[in-house]
Formats: sequence, structure tokens, C-alpha cells
Amino acid sequence: MVAPALVVGVTLAYLLILFAVAYFGDKRAEAGRSVIASPWVYALSMAVYCTAWTYFGSVGRAANAGVWFLPIYLGPMLAMILAWLVVRKMIRIAKTYRITSIADFVASRYGKSPLLAGLVTLITVVGIVPYMALQLKAIASGYAVLTLPLGQSMATPADWWADGVLYMALALAGFTIVFGTRHLDSSERHEGMVAAIAFESVVKLLAFLLVGAFVTYGMFGGMGDIFSQALAQDNLKHLLAFDQGQPFAYSQWFTLTLLAMLSVVFLPRQFQVMVVENVDERHLRRAVWVFPLYLLLINIFVLPIALGGLLYFGVDTVDPETFVLSLPLAQGYNWLALVAFVGGVSAATGMVVVEAIAVSTMVCNDLVMPLLLRTRRFGERSGGDLTGLLLGIRRTAIVLILLLGYVYFHLAGNTYALVSIGLISFAAVAQFAPAVLGGMYWKGGTRNGALAGLLAGFVLWTYTLMLPSLAKSGWVSANFLEYGPLGIAWLKPEAFLGLEGMDNLSHALFWSLFANISAYVWVSLWQRPAAREASQALLFVDVFQRTSVAHPVFWQGQAKVTDLLHLTGRFLGEAKTERLFADYAQQVGVYDIGQIPADAKLVHFVETQLTGAIGSASARVMVASVVEEEALELDDVMRILEEASELRVALEKLKSLDHLKDDFMSSVTHELRTPLTSIRALTEMMQDDPEMELEQRQQFLGIVVAETERLSRLVNQVLDMAKIEAGHAEWHNSDVDMREIVQQAVNSVAGTCRERGIALQTELPPQLAPLRADADRLVQVVLNLLSNAIKFVPEGSGKIDVRVRDSAAGVTVEVQDNGIGIAPDKHAQVFEKFRQVENAAGSQQGTGLGLPISRQIVEHFGGRMWLASQAGRGACFSFFLPR
Amino acid sequence: MLKGMTSQRLLALFAAGVVLFNFPLLMLWDHEVQVWGIPLFPLGLFVVWAALIAALAWVMETREG
Repeated sequence: MVAPALVVGVTLAYLLILFAVAYFGDKRAEAGRSVIASPWVYALSMAVYCTAWTYFGSVGRAANAGVWFLPIYLGPMLAMILAWLVVRKMIRIAKTYRITSIADFVASRYGKSPLLAGLVTLITVVGIVPYMALQLKAIASGYAVLTLPLGQSMATPADWWADGVLYMALALAGFTIVFGTRHLDSSERHEGMVAAIAFESVVKLLAFLLVGAFVTYGMFGGMGDIFSQALAQDNLKHLLAFDQGQPFAYSQWFTLTLLAMLSVVFLPRQFQVMVVENVDERHLRRAVWVFPLYLLLINIFVLPIALGGLLYFGVDTVDPETFVLSLPLAQGYNWLALVAFVGGVSAATGMVVVEAIAVSTMVCNDLVMPLLLRTRRFGERSGGDLTGLLLGIRRTAIVLILLLGYVYFHLAGNTYALVSIGLISFAAVAQFAPAVLGGMYWKGGTRNGALAGLLAGFVLWTYTLMLPSLAKSGWVSANFLEYGPLGIAWLKPEAFLGLEGMDNLSHALFWSLFANISAYVWVSLWQRPAAREASQALLFVDVFQRTSVAHPVFWQGQAKVTDLLHLTGRFLGEAKTERLFADYAQQVGVYDIGQIPADAKLVHFVETQLTGAIGSASARVMVASVVEEEALELDDVMRILEEASELRVALEKLKSLDHLKDDFMSSVTHELRTPLTSIRALTEMMQDDPEMELEQRQQFLGIVVAETERLSRLVNQVLDMAKIEAGHAEWHNSDVDMREIVQQAVNSVAGTCRERGIALQTELPPQLAPLRADADRLVQVVLNLLSNAIKFVPEGSGKIDVRVRDSAAGVTVEVQDNGIGIAPDKHAQVFEKFRQVENAAGSQQGTGLGLPISRQIVEHFGGRMWLASQAGRGACFSFFLPR
Repeated sequence: MLKGMTSQRLLALFAAGVVLFNFPLLMLWDHEVQVWGIPLFPLGLFVVWAALIAALAWVMETREG
């Protein structure tokens, strides 16, 4: 037994520490030095998945069903494998369109439908209340175990105001309000809260591991000892096998895994920490494996604690869900029990805070605001700042959600194990999966489809799972469970349409998801989507292709900047709005807010900002109320999309040109640097050594002269190239005879060839009709090909043949050498700028521009240049000029 | 979604995980045998789990070349 005052005192002290962490996190965020911008913190915040349910319930479940507590954690493992593909897409969508809750995600995808937003919110509230109750129950029963003699349970107080659980619920509500709704943020991010959640994740893990180690190694002689003792007892042995005597065991296992897999993404608090609070989508890369690792660690001691408790206390004496507390207490380790309790409180508060924030945002944005905006009185009250109202609604929602949880705790909490309560909530949020996942990957899903699917799933969930849970608690007559409503046997909630034998969870999940998916798909396929649904579908499904500059804005009509400014101010506050618009002005390249063009882009910008504060459906309604819109047809959507993609193509072309230019510049500088370096090195050597021998000096100077010549050649060629490419080159066209051109070029290299012992032969036709071209340029081309050939033929035995062929279409010139040749896969490269194909001779004396320039010249006259060669067999460069 | 090594590896790993955690491969562990004093079934599940985490860490932390 621990003194109640001590328990309360320690708990409050712990909550204060949490608050300090959150305060620190917020301060650091304001200072721009975020403490949560790390994949580790992100992964720890995901561990809000482990609530009091994990902390107390897992052990309870393990004590009843052995390894069957595990599927709840194996599901997240599987989900995390796909998170990089699926959750990253959700994050990108949410960030791009400022979506702050799962209700808004669904509503926004299906044409910003307020009805859909409301429905999702309603399902969430109904579905999550039992889960809230679970946390209250866990803290309450934990407190009872600590403060009462072992085995005794808390007496229910006679008066409602004397119930400590009520005050605890209110305290948690107050805590959440301070944490989550101190100010309004249009992206709904709460850095301080995330920091506190990550902190509490560490605390609950350490506390649980501590108790686990105490039980395993303190009370028993290690894991092997516990397991061998358990195996020796007939009533415990079965807990260590798969089969617990239930029918359809494998399908139940699968169901639980699937349920957990969906829940880890679709529970409001998971969506909040994973998607909304995500700082950088790259953090997901590490978090996807750190989070399952956390789950594995926190589960290692579950079986040992459960079995240890059963061995120590015996079966059916102490509630297994409290083993983490009762085992240390029984051993007289009160401090350890207190630590464990703090861990449990940690797990419960973390869940309550995040869940309440997430759900209150939904209730405010997706349920209350759309209704308020619909009332005429509110609409006419056009002036006035509404930020206070928004915060007020959220705070009220938080208090109400916790009170609902408290009521449910009283209605059903005492008869149900923690695990069963949690699973009811899991099955509720699993209903979002078809609409969300379908919406992210299938453009054909429509608003009506999503509505029908969610409704069908929710109705069946209520009928097959929620109602039976209330009936079993004795609040609704259990007759209809036994015999069916009005005695109609095939309507029995737990054997719907006569489907018997499955456990009630698998049964409920099967029917609800089956109805949900069928309704979603078939109703979607029944009618074509409306324009707004189609446009939102495109924005969601193709989000990775549409986050570039040119992304389409599906809006048309007329607006005024002042109206939009005023509207934004009402929801986000004047100062913040001024700042946002000033940023926007800078972004579109104007100096002043007044100069911002009132176009579709601005309307979209305002709507996105408002979406962050009041949800997409309300934002849509509000924006529509201050601008003159033209209805968008499906054709308009297609047209806007086409314009955007044309724009994107143009943009990409520009980008690639820009890239080419950069490449060119860097190549040029590189080419200039090589000769400059050698000139500098040689001249410095000569400067440093005045007594250098004349012969050496002459040799160096020779190189310097050669390098300088290469430099000027390079500069000339670069200029030449630039001129030709830009179309500024001067062309002096006249009637030219190709034979004369070739002869002229051959004459100018004849000397070099003789020196190097190269046999140069020409083969010219006797007659040739003239071409219209620039003679000097063509000489340049032939000279280029010749000097290229000279470089690559062996000295002494080199052989170059120049042939001119005439045809009706034009003239072909071939320069064949017997050099080392060029491998076919390098043929394309030789015509690229600065690309000198490497070869054994290592000859690098060219500029790498000769061939590209020649090709440009030939192409200018409508001809083409190509290469025929194989490695080791010589090369043959040819060009053709049309007549 | 199917482009890139990482995506393909993740999908393959997911398929492996689903198969490993379900009928009939789950039956492989369900025997009355102990390894290091620990019953095979829970041990097997934890080992598969740890292996999946290791594989996932490998896929995510190696950048595709």
C-alpha cells in the first residue's frame, strides 16, 4: 500500500514535468530551434500508440490468451513497412493542402464535402469515446491497486461529485487545453506537445522495462525459469501455444493484425503525430523502423510479467491487468510500483492529450464550424475576429470528449477488459481505410461512394460491435443478442445473416468492412464524379507530380484582394494575415499587398490558409461567400489540367536548357584551366630559376607558346560555337565546288602529313555541280576532320583517304583513316562538346569542340554528319550536303 | 509507386511479413519445444519480428545508388 497523498503528489509532479518539457519545446520552436526536428523524436512520438492499454491491458491479455496480445503490435510492424510509400504520400497531401485532420483529409479528397467531414467526425467521436474511457479506467484501477490493500477493489462513491475519476478527467481536459489550444496555428502543429509525448514515450518504456526486469530477474531466475515453471503447470501451459481453443483461430489472428495495421495509421492521434505534426517527411525514413523496434522492446517482458503474476498469485485471484503494479507491491517494492504507475499515467495522458487535440480540431472544423457558418445570423456578422471563437469551440470540445469518456467508463467500463474496449475503437477507425486509401490511389472514388461506404460500415459497426458491448454491460436488454431483434434470428448482431462461429470482433470487422468497401466501390462506379471531386482526385492521387511550380489551380471567377484579406483576418488574426499576405506578395514578385493580382492562385492560397484553421469544407464555403465564382465543369477541369501540364513541359524544357548552359560553362572553364595551369607552372619555374639552361628554357617557352595557341583556338571556337548556336553567326554563301574545298583543306595539311609519314590520298569525281554554301566554313569542316584523322593514325604507317561522292540529292565527303578506331558505343559521344573519346594513344591535344562545330555547320546547310567505325579498324567520318 | 529499388524492396518485404505472420507459416513455430529455455512459439514470433525490423532498417538506411 502506498499513501494516496503520495500517489497524487507524484502524479501531479510528473504532469508538471511533462508540462515543463512541452513549454521548453514551444519556446524552442518560437526561437526557430526545434527540438522535435529529428527522426528519433518523431519515432518516439509515434509510440503514443502504446497507451494504458498496452501498459496494463497487454499483460492482462497475455495472462488470458498467451501470445494473443502480439497481433496488436505485429500489425503496426507490417504497416510501417509500407509507411514510406503510403504515409509519406499522406504527409505530402496534408502538407500541400494544409489538411489537419483525418476528417478533413476525407472531406477534401471528395470535393470538400461538409457532409463527409461531419460524418467522419461523428464516427471518430463515437468510436474514440470507449478508448478515452479505457485510459480513465486504467488510471483509476491503477490508483486503487496502489492505495488499497492487495486484492480489494475500489468502492463506488455514493455521490457523483465525490468520484475521483471525474476530477481526473477534468484535470486531463485542463492539461490538454493548456497543451494544445493555447493559440491558433494554421497548420495545427504543436511542437511542445510532441516533445512531451516523445518524453512520455521514453518514461513509459523505461518504467515497463524496469518492472519487467524486476519480475523476470528479481522475483524469478530469468526468462527460462518463468517459462519452465509455467510449462510445468497444466493450467498455464496452453498460454504458450498458438491454439487457445477458439474456432477460426487463424482468421482471428489475421483480423487482429489487420485491425492494428489500419489503426496505427487511422487512429486520430496517430494521424496527428505521424502526418500533421511531421516536421520533415524524410524523418519517416528512420522512424519506420525505430517505431516497430520500440514496440518490440516494450513487449519483451509482457509474457514474463503475465506468467510471473499467474505463478506468484495463482490464477483468478488478482486482476492480471494490474500485475505491473501488484507484483512489486507484493514484494514490498512500493517505489517500483509507484514508478510503474507513473509509467501508466504517462501512457494514458499521452494518449488522452493527443487524441483530444486531434478530435477537438475535427469537431471544431468539421462539425461545429460548418453548422455555424450555415446559420444566417453568423454569416451576416461579417466583421469581427473569430480566432477566439475557434479556440473556445475547441476547448469546449476537449472537455466534452473527456466527459463522454467518463460517462462511458461508468456505463460499460467496469464489466469490460481494457483490451476489448480498445478493439471496439480500432474497428471504428478501420472504417476510414477504404475512403482514405481508395482516395489516395483511385481517381474514380466519388463523394457519394465515400458517404455510402462510411455509413454502411459505421451502421454495421454499431450494430455488430457497439450495441452488443453496451448490452453485455447491462445497459441495453441483452435479449436481442440472444434471439435477435423482435425474435428474428438471422438479424442477431453477433451472427449477422446467420454467420456464426467467428469471434465477435472478426465477425464485426468482416461485415462492416465488407459493406463499407462494397458500397464505396459500387456507388463510386454508379455515377461519374462531379467537377470538384474530379479535380480534388487529381490533386490527391498525383500529389507527387503536382508539387512543382506549375501545379494547377481549379478555380475560375472574380475576386478582390481586400475581401480575401479581410476574410483571412477574421480566422487567423490581423497580424498573422498581414504577414502571410506580405510573404505571398514577395512570392509572386510584387512589393505591396495592394499589388497582388486577384487571380485563381491567390484564391487558392487563401483557401489553403483557411483550410488549416477551419477545415477544407468550411474554407470552401467562406471563400465562396466573398468571391464571384463561375461553376467548374468537368471540361474546365480537363482544360486547366492540360494548361498546367503544358506549362510544366515548357518549364522543364527551360530547366534542361539552363542545365545545359551550366554544363557548358563548367566545361569551358575546365578546358581553359588546363593550359593556363601548365603555362603558369612553366613560367614560374623559369622565374624562380634564373640559371636555367637555355635549351630547357627554349623547350618550356615552346610549350608555353603552344598552350597559348591552344587557348586562343579554344576561345575562338567557343565564341564560334556560341554564335552558331544562338543563330548570330555570319554566313557568306556563294556557289562552291566541293572539289576545290577538299583540295584546299588537303593542301593545308599536306606538309604535316609528309613530316609524319602519313599517306594522304584524295578521290574526287571528274565533275561536280556547285552547292550553295559558305566556302570558308566548309573548309573549316574538312580541315577539322583531317586534323582529327592525323591525330589518330600511327606515325610512319598512317593512311588517310578523302573521297567525294556525287549523287542527285547532294554531295557526300568521307575521311577514312587507319587509326585505332572508335567503339560503336562511343559514336554518339564524339559529337558532344568537350567530349574527347579516350583512347590508348591518350591523345588529348584537341579542344573537344571541333567535331561539334563541324556538325553544327553541316546541319546549318541542311546536311548531316556521321561516323562509321569499329575499335581497331580505323574511323570514317562522313558528311552529306544536299543540293 | 513501383519505381525505384526502395519501393520494390518495401513491397517485397511487406509480402514476406504478411506471409510470415499468418497461416500456414505460423504453424512452423507452434511446437512444444524450447530454445534456451524459451518456448518456441513466442520466441519464433519475436525472432521474425526482429528480423523484419532489421530488414526494414537496411532497406531504409541504404540509399539506392
